[in-house]
Amino acid sequence: MQRVGVFVCWCGSNIAATVDVEKVAEVLAKEPGVVFSTNYQYMCSQAGQEMIQESIRKYNLTGVVICSCSPRMHENTFRKTCEKAGLNPYMVEIANIREQCSWIHKDKDTATEKAIILGRAAIAKVHLNAPLTAGTSPVKKRALVIGGGIAGIQTALDIADAGFDVDIVEKEPTIGGKMTQIDKTFPTLDCAACILTPKMVDAAQNERIHIYSYSEVSSVRGFVGNFKVTIKKKARFVDETKCTGCGLCTEKCPQKKVPNLFNLGLDNRRAIYIPFAQAVPKVATIDADYCTMLKSGKCGVCSKVCTAGAIDYQQKDAFIEQEYGAIVVATGFNPIKLDKYDEFAYSQSPDVVTSLEFERLMNAAGPTGGTLLRPSDGQHPHTIVFVQCVGSRCDDSKGKPYCSKICCMYTAKHAMLCREKYPDTDVYVFYIDVRTPGKNFDEFYRRAVEEYGVHYVKGMVGKVVPENGKLKVQASDLIGNQQLHIDADMVVLAAAIEPDKSARPLATMLTASMDTNDFFTEAHPKLRPVESPTAGIFLSGACQGPKDIPETVAQASAAAAKVIGLLNKDHLICNPCTATPDEMMCNGCSSCEKVCPYGAITYIDKEFRGPNRTTLIRRVAQVNPAVCQGCGACTVACPSGAMDLKGFSNKQIMAEVDAICR
Amino acid sequence: MPVNEEFKPTIVAFCCNWCSYAGADLSGTNRLQYPANVKIIRIPCSCRLNPMFILRAFQRGADGVILCGCHPGDCHYTTGNYYARRRMTLLFSMLDFLGIERERTRVEWVSAAEGAKFAATMNEFSATIHKLGPNRRLEDLRCRKD
Ligand SMILES: Cc1cc2nc3c(=O)[nH]c(=O)nc-3n(C[C@H](O)[C@H](O)[C@H](O)COP(=O)(O)OP(=O)(O)OC[C@H]3O[C@@H](n4cnc5c(N)ncnc54)[C@H](O)[C@@H]3O)c2cc1C
Ligand code: SF4
Ligand code: SF4
Ligand code: FES
Repeated sequence: MQRVGVFVCWCGSNIAATVDVEKVAEVLAKEPGVVFSTNYQYMCSQAGQEMIQESIRKYNLTGVVICSCSPRMHENTFRKTCEKAGLNPYMVEIANIREQCSWIHKDKDTATEKAIILGRAAIAKVHLNAPLTAGTSPVKKRALVIGGGIAGIQTALDIADAGFDVDIVEKEPTIGGKMTQIDKTFPTLDCAACILTPKMVDAAQNERIHIYSYSEVSSVRGFVGNFKVTIKKKARFVDETKCTGCGLCTEKCPQKKVPNLFNLGLDNRRAIYIPFAQAVPKVATIDADYCTMLKSGKCGVCSKVCTAGAIDYQQKDAFIEQEYGAIVVATGFNPIKLDKYDEFAYSQSPDVVTSLEFERLMNAAGPTGGTLLRPSDGQHPHTIVFVQCVGSRCDDSKGKPYCSKICCMYTAKHAMLCREKYPDTDVYVFYIDVRTPGKNFDEFYRRAVEEYGVHYVKGMVGKVVPENGKLKVQASDLIGNQQLHIDADMVVLAAAIEPDKSARPLATMLTASMDTNDFFTEAHPKLRPVESPTAGIFLSGACQGPKDIPETVAQASAAAAKVIGLLNKDHLICNPCTATPDEMMCNGCSSCEKVCPYGAITYIDKEFRGPNRTTLIRRVAQVNPAVCQGCGACTVACPSGAMDLKGFSNKQIMAEVDAICR
Repeated sequence: MPVNEEFKPTIVAFCCNWCSYAGADLSGTNRLQYPANVKIIRIPCSCRLNPMFILRAFQRGADGVILCGCHPGDCHYTTGNYYARRRMTLLFSMLDFLGIERERTRVEWVSAAEGAKFAATMNEFSATIHKLGPNRRLEDLRCRKD
């Protein structure tokens, strides 16, 4: 039995006015195991704390119950007090007799009676408390950023600035993400490359940043502060350390008919390529699907022209092991595929393009050198129809239920740029509503309508039919209440955006959670928007939800701040109130693992002594205390009652129930 | 059983640490009254509530048991209250089967900002239990102390 000390606080008159503190202390003194019970004006004051410490020593207390304000106020204070007197801090229980008693009751007898019962419950619980030690785990002072778009770059730059090493793993041959493909950016219309490429160069030149381009994460083990990650560096058949990025090979390669994915297939490139002039790293990559040398062993032109001797047809995938304290996911988004949207004739006519393709067609570094020309015949379009919300806010299986958020603004941008460059074009935008919440966003949209004369029509396009070199657009005008027929030269579809396809397998590796649309979920939708519920995993950019560049960058820096805060610590203190299975009772059923939101539970095969000196090997659950957050979901899921939670054990809670009900 | 005038129901309120316990604190800070027969037990999350605890409370003579947790989507551990809701639904049908009035157990979502809701909920729940009268069906007389 514990030797319990009870300390009833007056809280000035806050408690003492409605609770007879003396009586509470007196009655509780008679509870089993209570060896000392007293009351005092302010327990949390210096004098009060000293009194507690003295009593701990004098009466050899093994448990302390404090009847005072809410544990959310002073639990930590009193834990520290007791720890200083040599008592384990987890041998303290608080009975909340202020917020949940004296402040809500007026009648002194009733309040006193309730305070006694709350005190009893705390005493009953403290009898079952066990000393707990908050473990610590070391923090590896290096961060991993997965995805090298603007989000990943910004996060890496901020972390490196704070003095920590950071690696970026990017699956494409260059970092930069979608922003490298965009022409100008709303709402200021500055050119994307002008603001992005300096950051890419900064990242490349920063001593603390290492970029693994054309690489993927292939496995993740460990937990916060101590992740062990395997990075797969895909063979690019070019020695990165030797290649100078001169680009001679990309001109001489005889394999000319390779769709240029950077321009979304709007033109062709060679089998050996550098995605675009400002690529980082500026290193050539051989596309193994098209290289004749790799496919049939005949060619070798690039190797002959490369004066640096960088071509290596024998190169294999390389695997790199690295340890990290924190991981940031910045895998971004992609526009959805539009092959299910036959009504817009996307697959039938090259003049029906997506907005991202349109960005390339307007871009000075794009396939047409920045002159807007119809992909079918290279003519200037005179009538352009933009269709918003293609696949967004859909309740059918073709599209996405959510709003893609950025399309209203980039469509206004596209319409405006068209009218600015080619004032003789007629520009129509079909919309459900125009959503422009953002600094200077509505002003921007209104400029498109008022200054640039873009025809905004509320209504959806029903059908697009290619006919005699034109695109016949049938649409409804909901405000004019009429059907419209427009002969357009080009149709631009604002396709919904979705997370990268690689995000889901990555989330599984990281045990990070995702919503039904495969966007990563945050630890708390309001208060912890840049952390994943899994400790040590952070979220940056559009992988968490549709975002424009300003929002992406803000979140990227916020994620970096969280990472820096984590890496600044040498050790992490773990919450000691974690789950533990009773191995004798556990039958390895996996019920607990399925409900744990943090992936804290794994299984091991363990030897047990069987009858007649035999040994049995059984699969039993194991909880990683550094990962477990102590929610208790597993304890209830466990059908054999093997799983219990320290600090809130089944027995402790039932003792409280009994004390209250008796 | 006729409603006893002296009847003071025993009510156990399980509150998750992050929202509802804080909500209860807030109703105290704002001096919003609710009956003294409501006693709160703090649990880390609503998903820590084993339905067994509720049965135990009834066995020991509780007249009503209420579980309060964060609003759906707001659980500190993201999904805890969804588990809690599912488990409680199962418990409800079991209590129905045993012939225990459904109104004696309840789940409510109370956020840390909803001090007023906490007090109102407790007042209302306590009134309901008062109307139902003492719970004798599950009480285990051997556990009585008097
Ligand atoms: C047509 C169009 C026009 C736009 N115009 C504007 C505009 O004018 N103004 C504005 O503010 N915003 C605009 N945006 C939005 C802008 O593109 C995004 O806000 C921004 O690109 C988000 O950055 P990100 O880094 O989160 O994602 P991304 O740019 O998608 O970058 C993600 C990166 O991660 C990499 N990656 C993905 N998965 C993995 C993996 N598993 N492993 C390794 N690497 C991976 C990708 O290859 C990519 O490089 C526009 C978007 C579109 C589609
Ligand atoms: S208490 Fe919660 S976090 Fe810990 S192992 Fe159980 S389910 Fe996972
Ligand atoms: S649920 Fe219980 S019995 Fe099943 S594996 Fe987990 S601890 Fe073991
Ligand atoms: S923490 Fe409140 S319900 Fe989970």
